[in-house]
Amino acid sequence: MADADETSKQAERNTNVGDGIAVKKQDIARAKNEGKELTKDEKQRLRKEKKQQKKNKKDDKGESEHENVPLPPSQAVVQCQSQKAPSVAPSLALTPVSVCTSEKPAKSKAEQRAERRARQEADRAAKGKKGESAQQPPSGKSKAPPNELQPVVKRLPEHVQVDDPAAVRKLAKKLERQQIPVRSEYGYKVSLFSHLHQYSRKAPLTQQISIPSTVIHPYIVRLGLQYSQGIVAGSNARSIALLHAFQKVIQDYKTPPNEELSRDLVNKLKPYISYLNQCRPLSASMGNAIKYVKKEISNIPCLCKEEEAKKQLLSCIDNYIKEKITLAATTISAYAIEKISNGDVILVYGCSSLVNHILCDAFDKKRKFSVIVVDSRPRLEGREALRRLVKKGICCTYVLISAVSYILPEVSKVFLGAHALLANGYVMSRVGTSQIALVAKAYNVPVLVCCETYKFCERVQTDSFVSNELDDPDDLMVTRKGKIHLENWQDIRQLGLLNLVYDVTPPDFVDLVITDLGMIPCTSVPVVLRVKNVDQ
Amino acid sequence: MELQAVLMAAGGGSRMMELTYNTHKPLLPVGNKPLIWYPLNLLERVGFEEVIIITTKDVQKMLTPDRLKLDGKMKLDVVCIQLEGEMGTADALRHVQQKIKTDVLVLSCDLITDVALHEVVDLFRAHNASMAMLMSKLHEFTETVPGQKGKKKAGEQRDFVGVDATGQRLLFMANEADLEDGLTIRKSIMCKHPSMRIRTGLLDAHLYCLKRCVVDFLVENKNISSIRGELIPYLVRKQFSKSVNLPNNKDEVEMSQKMEGQTNLEILGSCKDEELLRLTQERSCWNDHHGDMSEAYHGGKVRCYVHIMEDGVCYRVNTLAAYIEANRMVSAPKLIEDPPIHPSAVISECTQVGADSIIGASCQISDKTSIKRSTVGASSTVREKVKITNSILMNGVTVEEGCNIQGSVICSNAVIGRNADIKYCLVGSSQRIEPDGECLTQAVSCNLF
Repeated sequence: MADADETSKQAERNTNVGDGIAVKKQDIARAKNEGKELTKDEKQRLRKEKKQQKKNKKDDKGESEHENVPLPPSQAVVQCQSQKAPSVAPSLALTPVSVCTSEKPAKSKAEQRAERRARQEADRAAKGKKGESAQQPPSGKSKAPPNELQPVVKRLPEHVQVDDPAAVRKLAKKLERQQIPVRSEYGYKVSLFSHLHQYSRKAPLTQQISIPSTVIHPYIVRLGLQYSQGIVAGSNARSIALLHAFQKVIQDYKTPPNEELSRDLVNKLKPYISYLNQCRPLSASMGNAIKYVKKEISNIPCLCKEEEAKKQLLSCIDNYIKEKITLAATTISAYAIEKISNGDVILVYGCSSLVNHILCDAFDKKRKFSVIVVDSRPRLEGREALRRLVKKGICCTYVLISAVSYILPEVSKVFLGAHALLANGYVMSRVGTSQIALVAKAYNVPVLVCCETYKFCERVQTDSFVSNELDDPDDLMVTRKGKIHLENWQDIRQLGLLNLVYDVTPPDFVDLVITDLGMIPCTSVPVVLRVKNVDQ
Repeated sequence: MELQAVLMAAGGGSRMMELTYNTHKPLLPVGNKPLIWYPLNLLERVGFEEVIIITTKDVQKMLTPDRLKLDGKMKLDVVCIQLEGEMGTADALRHVQQKIKTDVLVLSCDLITDVALHEVVDLFRAHNASMAMLMSKLHEFTETVPGQKGKKKAGEQRDFVGVDATGQRLLFMANEADLEDGLTIRKSIMCKHPSMRIRTGLLDAHLYCLKRCVVDFLVENKNISSIRGELIPYLVRKQFSKSVNLPNNKDEVEMSQKMEGQTNLEILGSCKDEELLRLTQERSCWNDHHGDMSEAYHGGKVRCYVHIMEDGVCYRVNTLAAYIEANRMVSAPKLIEDPPIHPSAVISECTQVGADSIIGASCQISDKTSIKRSTVGASSTVREKVKITNSILMNGVTVEEGCNIQGSVICSNAVIGRNADIKYCLVGSSQRIEPDGECLTQAVSCNLF
């Protein structure tokens, strides 16, 4: 029945070519959204209604809109309009639509066109500030193949919309509902990154919650504090700590009467996740871990007793840690050892737990190699990597990133860790990684990225501006000979301190990605994601 | 539940017997509120909902919420102890051990402070510490202490506190009295923390966050009787003692330790979920120190932290001088939200009441009096032409006409006869000063001891 509808709609579509692009796209959108649930009559009725709506709106906009603006955004614009569900319209491409729909329809078409063109020029000028974020999601969405019946418009994550007061207000309302305090921004933000949060380490979120914390589980409070102070840092460590805290929460959880564990526990976890997000933005690996835990909780059968359910959840979490982190590390290490030969000079950057593990394992298996540890301010994480490797007995050299082009001629391989692997093959890692990959490419040194599959992320990003994390700018202050330079940086109006945490490396610079599924090229990440989704 | 608060209010106030022989220390009025109100207010402001108060029977009778003028709905769980033998704070904690189910926050009833409590508790939480405490810079008392002739007595023995380079980790703590041959610091401490600051001008606020396993340890070791005197120095030393290498067979070690008669703190402190904590620490790229080859915290399980308040109000009212200083300080608006002059006080037109004076409830101040930098307790009567400067009058005091009171402490229900001239005196409770009397730097009280 549904397929027949589809084909009939298709035929209808093909015959209605003369109606113009707008109607065709409207049909496509409708086909996606309405799906198979409605009956034929209802569908026809809805179609008529929408045609009417479209006609009214078309009077306002006119045809030239579609000619001036490049195709993908207009497609998105049309889709969004014809959507039944109200879409939050924060993105830049959609604002022309929302603005013009609020105008009176009485204006003449020529005037409207002129206005629109002026607005578009202004928007294009402002585009540089907002980055590609607004354009990308719509274009990404609209290119989805028409036979995938999924809602296409996704909301922009709130953590890249800090300069939009509406989004900030929405977040504040949500946090208020969950009884989580809002963390206040700190310091002057560099304009290119004004859409991201910037917090001060000296103003922890615990200032605003009661001391024997009742709303948030004490383990989660402790975890949030450890995240914001940097005591638990590194993608793997954060995920393990998060799962550990979830285990504690589940252990202490008591199902309230008339509630089901599978639904109530997920609701209990939501404010905790918001709280942790406020302390420090969640990483991709943490996001995947949370998705897994939520899925496991919802899959608990309703007839299950509380004790059994809890035990099952705890063992699921244990298994996840064991499989995805511990065993994955062993597997990756086994693969990576094949790539390490005697006499190698290996370059590593910062402190990646996985890369350290690989090197220590290789050393245990009696490979002869030496390591060059590259470090960068302000975190200086390389010192910790250096300590661990030297403690093991590996021969190490330590340089700062400014010297990387000097030592690269001596390097035979570069091993990099990753924070996340994005769906278009880009590697998101500590800031400075793309620098090293670039220089290594220039010197023809192979770059190998080691990453577990649970860090694979469905996000797409091509630059480091859109979605990043801003650390405390006071970290950039340094004390030399008793004098703190940049002590009063806030007083200088024109000065902004920027402390970026992540950057993205294009797949052209990465030669191989070593995962627990094997050694794959960077561009195979979407394949892995698809396989993973099918499995689960 | 994360933390339970335990308020120690059983102390006798042995260093200010002139004040406490009649009024118990927790109920001494400071700024017209009982002394115990200040720590309770601190806990309430921060969000505590329950407090366990350990005190004597006499004080318990007075600890009703309306007497204490507490606005919030904090539940007070009062536990009585007998005062026959000298029960130390650790003994008192052992006494209430049954009620303690989580980590504890122990504080003393004589603490007046406006510290941001989250600073101390954050250290406790973030580093998973065994103990976190509060200290403050010692303020020199400038006011002349009434009743003390001549120079001030030699100061109490100093405390030597050693902190690491960050100023948060507590490395060394000893009192001057214990250091007869000089200050010795173990080489292992110097190896682990080559940079140590030793400070002497610090006041211990007697506010401690203790882990649950420390309380259990106290229960096992009955020979520790004072928290400040014995437990804290023990914990600080224990950070650096050679750790017992826990063998695979934990039971074996436990048995052998029990045979020695002392249970090791570390065995009690090791949690069951240490495996995951260890895993997290292994993978985290953070270290609390740099420059040597050891892991974070040097692998030590016992950690003690201190938060040192550089500015702000922090007093321990355990001496007369501190009592007077505290009375001055609380007129600063930070601690008390009530107006300094109670609305029910009756003050006549021609009186001068300074901005930094506190007048209690139902007072009657008559004409032509001048009250400067003083505290007048509840239900006091001050007649005409009286000059009160720099003084503290407790509840129910009657001051007849023409008196001149300067720098003194008048305890409750005392009567000062007319035209009396009192300078730097301490008038005991229910005492009577004869009219036209002149008291200069003496303590007037009946000899009860």
